[in-house]
Amino acid sequence: MKPRIPLYLLALAGGTALLAGCVPNPGTDAAATVIAVDSTESGCTVETDTVASGTVTFRVNNSGERITEFYLLGDDELSIVSEVENIAPGASRDLTVLAQPGSYFTVCKPGMIGAGIGQAPFTVTGETVAVSEDKEAAIAEAVTNYTAYVKTQAAELVPNVQEFVDAYLAGNDDEARRLFPLVRINYERIEPTAAQFGDLDPAIDYRKPGAEAEGLEFTGFHRIEMDLWLDAAAANYPDETITALDPAGRAEIGNKLVADVTALYDAVHADEFELSVSDITNGAIGLLDEVAAPDGKLPGEENEFAHTDLYDFYANVEGAEVAYNAVRQIALDSGADGEALVAELDEQFAAMKDLLSTYGDYESGFVFYDTVSQSERNELGAQLNALSEPLAQLTHAVLGVDPAA
Amino acid sequence: MSDNTDGAVGAAGDDESLAAPTGVSRRGLLGLVAAGVGTGALIGGSAVAASRVSPSVDAAGQYAFRGEHQAGIVTPAQDRLHFAAFDLTSTATRDDLIQLLKDWTAAAERLTQGLDVSESGSVGGPELLPPDDTGEAQGLAASGLTITFGFGPSLFRTADGTDRFGLADRQPAELATLPLFAFDLLEESASDGDLCIQACANDPQVAVHAIRNLSRIAFGTARIRWSQLGFGRTSSTSTTQATPRNLFGFKDGTANVKAEETEALRDFVWVGDDEPQTWMHGGSYLVTRTILMTIENWDRVSLGEQNAIIGRDKGEGAPLSGGSEFSEPDFELRSTSGEPAIPEDAHVRLAHPTQTGTRMLRRGYNFVDGSNELGQLRAGLFFMSYQRSPQQFIDVQSALAKDSMNEYIRHVGSAIFAVPPGTRAGEFVGSALFA
Repeated sequence: MKPRIPLYLLALAGGTALLAGCVPNPGTDAAATVIAVDSTESGCTVETDTVASGTVTFRVNNSGERITEFYLLGDDELSIVSEVENIAPGASRDLTVLAQPGSYFTVCKPGMIGAGIGQAPFTVTGETVAVSEDKEAAIAEAVTNYTAYVKTQAAELVPNVQEFVDAYLAGNDDEARRLFPLVRINYERIEPTAAQFGDLDPAIDYRKPGAEAEGLEFTGFHRIEMDLWLDAAAANYPDETITALDPAGRAEIGNKLVADVTALYDAVHADEFELSVSDITNGAIGLLDEVAAPDGKLPGEENEFAHTDLYDFYANVEGAEVAYNAVRQIALDSGADGEALVAELDEQFAAMKDLLSTYGDYESGFVFYDTVSQSERNELGAQLNALSEPLAQLTHAVLGVDPAA
Repeated sequence: MSDNTDGAVGAAGDDESLAAPTGVSRRGLLGLVAAGVGTGALIGGSAVAASRVSPSVDAAGQYAFRGEHQAGIVTPAQDRLHFAAFDLTSTATRDDLIQLLKDWTAAAERLTQGLDVSESGSVGGPELLPPDDTGEAQGLAASGLTITFGFGPSLFRTADGTDRFGLADRQPAELATLPLFAFDLLEESASDGDLCIQACANDPQVAVHAIRNLSRIAFGTARIRWSQLGFGRTSSTSTTQATPRNLFGFKDGTANVKAEETEALRDFVWVGDDEPQTWMHGGSYLVTRTILMTIENWDRVSLGEQNAIIGRDKGEGAPLSGGSEFSEPDFELRSTSGEPAIPEDAHVRLAHPTQTGTRMLRRGYNFVDGSNELGQLRAGLFFMSYQRSPQQFIDVQSALAKDSMNEYIRHVGSAIFAVPPGTRAGEFVGSALFA
């Protein structure tokens, strides 16, 4: 287990620098570019959207009425380059990063929940800034940023699930069916983390056979899925009498899902919540194993009634890629083997997402998985192997190899 | 020319020599050979300085991977098979294909020596890294492993005519998907393929280990389309071997071309210098047929009828015209009632070289893939034949349309592959195809 430095300590330390997916540089006191950020109830104003590479301080002032957070996101709008949280109304806090050239996004999160507001592109120009190869610090940084990502996904999950459950409880089944695959995205991106909390994953995401095999009450996403796709459920389980839930039954199941994802939010935001770097790298593999498992997305068993498995598939890959990106620089700094591994993983993640994109996307929708032929599934499986095999080497590249001397 | 030895350096000339426990173990050989395996799936393999033991040159059951012809054709048929057909992934390029063949060559050369697939192997690597080698063959000898590679017609031209890898002008005219024969019930999932690997060994675990590790190396470039396990060779490819039996209980392959028949190999098995595609000189064509046997039905057939269907007697294997196993069948001979001693629709009559005018080198294996949902054995014969021209197989199979044995078999898988000649020092499998 590697020591992890809580982000707030770094942020309070003043001149502490965090760099884009790389290592903190605590020695940097050189004149930092200071960028004012104003976080309000309805906006997130960043003084400039372009800056030259180097040490940059975002001075975040909270002029809203709730505690807020500020994030610098990577080009994928998912990975968290750095963040500062717990900014009380009326307070101001600094986020200092060693900004490397590239495309980023800035976003504020008043209330510390939901998708955030005022997301805007942010560009860093100029040359790459040389950094120290302090691996311990780099790992601490990776853990900090990935932990923030998990919190963010959980924070977005709660209101999304609420919206879905609201539609379901209102009897707006068409809307609930539309939202079902979308609301699961946040969850599928961080599933291995959720699975750390013993009771929550079974309550939130167990499939009917799994729940019954373990003698658990069948609740969560898939219980609602069964109710929304009742004909498919009856066809899948012809020996059982599967009936629609009445309003009271819906309320019980729906409210329980909201309560369970809220409990997940609380768990990952608790002080004692801690991830190790191997949680990150092995979690990435775990996400892809979720896809390939005999009851996973590849065989089309995850959403056996709705056939929306491709959304989950894509989200699992995204989650794995964020985890990979959190430690990518460390792997890159570990020598020639690490460089080769990074090149391979960059290529295979892109190939995996390209292949999945031929079946749709979140916005316009993915095709239903029961329309994906066996040979197409085989192709998806082959690409999944091509990605999973090098990904299994990531833990070694990050923890098992000393940085280049 | 040494057509009949196929590069064999070791013993394993018969079934009794299989899997000698005294063979060199893989564990003792970890880190032994610094072969040029260093790309793709083998990222992270680093030189391991380990104490090294020289392999004994006469270690039991090692066949040289390199030679004039590929090993695994006239090599005395081992008892076990794992065969796999692969398709290139949709994104694979010509360079990917060449790299795969290079990686496979290096890995196959190690595996046939009883080594792990790479230097760091199954237990020699770092703790946090999945091992390069899957490890189930640790402690097992080379076990006569041969690994034989082939190229399917779809590698040269896809079904819609696309020249994916710039190989269309290298496709031999004869390398075409086999025609549909009478009683064929082919399943796509057991037929065809861009590439194939035949792994034969005297230990099933060694054959499975080879396919598993070669398949892993292919991830990202090629994927298994179908595969087949076999046990109990159903042919002899050497006069030193006794004739084995198939699951019908009959001796099979009595008239097979044997390794010792130099002229027959030249005439019927090896592609000659008259083939315009020079990269195939010294190669052969492999046909595979997955043949299900309706075992339970067959077992209810009387002995006399079984003999009549095959045309030989079940015990000795002698033709029904008399003599012993290797007596030439007399297809003219008639019984006292005037009926042919060997019935007109007997398998041996229809398939016999004197009737078809051709011979093939057969290398089939029995298989039992568990049972079906009705509790019937899912069993049969995985037929493999090597011939100089696919037409030889087509002629024989066409002649079998009226075979009375057809009532008890179903052909569910079919594939054909061009098997390039042997790989010489400094070459990779099929390198002449890309020259």
